[in-house]
Amino acid sequence: MSETNYMLETRDLEKTFKTGTVVTPVLKGIDFHVANGEWVSIMGRSGAGKSTLLYQMSLLDEPTSGEIYIDGREAHTLTEREKMRMRLYEFGFVFQEYALMPELTALENVVLPLLMKRFSYDAARERAKSALGRVGLSARLGNLPSALSGGEQQRVSIARAIAERPEILFADEPTANLDHESSDVIMGIFRELHSDGQTIVMVTHEEEYGAMTERIVRIDDGRVLSGEPASDKRP
Amino acid sequence: MMSPLDIRVGWYLAQRQIRRSSIWTTGLIVFVMLLTFLNLVVVTGMLVGIVDGISKLYREQQTGDVIVSTPKTQNYIENSQNIIAFIRGLPQVDRISARYASGATIEANYKTRTDQNEKANSTGANVFGVDPVAENEFSNLASFVGEGQYLEPSDYDEILIGSQLIDRYSFGGDVPGLTPLRDVYPGSKVRITIGGVTREVTIKGIIVTTANSPLATGVYMPEKEVRELMGRNDYNVNQIAIRLKEGYDPIAFRDLLTNSGVGRVATVQTFSEAIPNGVEEVRSTFAQIGNAISSVGLVVASITIFIVIFINAVTRRKFIGILKGIGISGEAIEISYMFQSLFYAMIGVTVGLLVLYGFLVPYVSAHPIVLPISNAIIVAPLPGTMLRVALLALATVIAGYIPARMIVRKNTLDSILGRN
Ligand SMILES: Nc1ncnc2c1ncn2[C@@H]1O[C@H](COP(=O)(O)OP(=O)(O)OP(=O)(O)O)[C@@H](O)[C@H]1O
Ligand SMILES: [Mg+2]
Repeated sequence: MSETNYMLETRDLEKTFKTGTVVTPVLKGIDFHVANGEWVSIMGRSGAGKSTLLYQMSLLDEPTSGEIYIDGREAHTLTEREKMRMRLYEFGFVFQEYALMPELTALENVVLPLLMKRFSYDAARERAKSALGRVGLSARLGNLPSALSGGEQQRVSIARAIAERPEILFADEPTANLDHESSDVIMGIFRELHSDGQTIVMVTHEEEYGAMTERIVRIDDGRVLSGEPASDKRP
Repeated sequence: MMSPLDIRVGWYLAQRQIRRSSIWTTGLIVFVMLLTFLNLVVVTGMLVGIVDGISKLYREQQTGDVIVSTPKTQNYIENSQNIIAFIRGLPQVDRISARYASGATIEANYKTRTDQNEKANSTGANVFGVDPVAENEFSNLASFVGEGQYLEPSDYDEILIGSQLIDRYSFGGDVPGLTPLRDVYPGSKVRITIGGVTREVTIKGIIVTTANSPLATGVYMPEKEVRELMGRNDYNVNQIAIRLKEGYDPIAFRDLLTNSGVGRVATVQTFSEAIPNGVEEVRSTFAQIGNAISSVGLVVASITIFIVIFINAVTRRKFIGILKGIGISGEAIEISYMFQSLFYAMIGVTVGLLVLYGFLVPYVSAHPIVLPISNAIIVAPLPGTMLRVALLALATVIAGYIPARMIVRKNTLDSILGRN
């Protein structure tokens, strides 16, 4: 096993989809890394392979070849169950669409994974409340997702992801379905999390939001174009 | 496999899904479960109850709890009067009815028969010579007199006749040997032949009961006259039906009588032993038919649950994928659906138990369903019911698990992205 100081690193990561006789190479050898506490955005045109890369890194999918290291540990060889544990204990996820269970209130949606992490019910509630407080939703704890705006639902998703500080927060176009105002709120929350030292890997289309991150990794045709520092572009 | 942690998270999810599901959907599913449960218990219970209804009729109207009857090799019970006195003196005995019994032929419409070649309107019957007062106390016979009047002890040349012997009541139709009597009403005269002796008697009343009642094919006369007809000057009867006081065991009492010497001159049987041949076989046949019908109901209920859970899980496939994505175990999600199925079944069963034991069983027991062959009750002993509850619970849990598993096992990312 090789030495690495990165929170997340991929080496020569490849992903090829095969549907019948159709073979679609999407990732063609991605070397990518994120340092502890770093906020990285992945950008590129539609179909470039951004989401695909994020799914491989966050262990939601199985790469065709290549290596993935999480906090220095080999992750691509883990069993399905171990990957699940890693997603539960070490990752936080924010999806493009609001991914909340419709029968669970805002609070309950945040409580659920904490119960899975063996928190007592009371402790889980306390943590969930404070996480929802951090995203400014203390007044909406009892609302079902159907009684929340899109931006509010996305904030609940973030609260669920960060309730117990994850090693890495993954977000795939978290603002894609939101209006400008709500998007700004979400990005504000990310910035705050980052300033607390949260490692964040975020896919985005918006140059404006990419520019808010520390580093932009541009992907095109399944390869990394550049790893330009973005800090100097920050407003 | 399924850890306590999975159960905890599954329970948390299930509770909220149940609480926030549509009341109409839940109501409908619970209703299906209720009907399934009742189908499971009541169909068999009723079929068995039809047969038990017959047994009950015999016990109430003919045999009592224990019956002493003429052995096959004899024409009467020897020493009858001493035996009756002995039985009367036993503390377990509530009441008895001693009867003379004989096969007989009854003929009607002989006066209007003009052609000698015309077939006589006659039928076979069992004639019972009874003490009208004791018999009524024993079997409530007077209450079944649907036309005419009950017998007085002093009546002579008067009889009660069972409805199955009369064509306007009989469903026997053209059963060989049972040609029901035509145009017979209270006041009609009929000829009765017992052991070669023929008498013309008047019908005083008609006993109207279900076809399988022992009363339905009986003819009742005051004992004095039957004794004369049969030539029983020794007062030896043919059967002594015994009703025990509350709480005494018929089997123990039968053994007591058998051992006391009564068994040497007479056949001593409990009501269930005395029941006509085949009733027990019919009972077990009906129970099997009931179980077969119930199994169909069980399958239908399982399919209902399967569809409900399948649709629920399919429409939530994306959320199930996301839950798995963020690290909620598939087992926990499966368990949440099993809890939901179990919930539907258990609410249905609870309502069903209340309906069954709170209403159906006591009500039907008090007002038996009058069917042509018997007064049916519902036989639903608790252990059998509980077995069916367990069966229903098991079936629904499996029916909930399978579709949940089908959806949960799908690839996580495919579920999240809505891909196949
Ligand atoms: N399951 C699959 N089978 C075949 N091809 C796929 C599959 N998933 C993705 N692709 C292809 O891989 C390429 C990259 O897809 P991906 O979703 O990663 O793009 P993206 O950069 O996230 O685009 P967008 O900005 O539109 O979200 C696309 O051309 C897509 O058609
Ligand atoms: Mg994408």
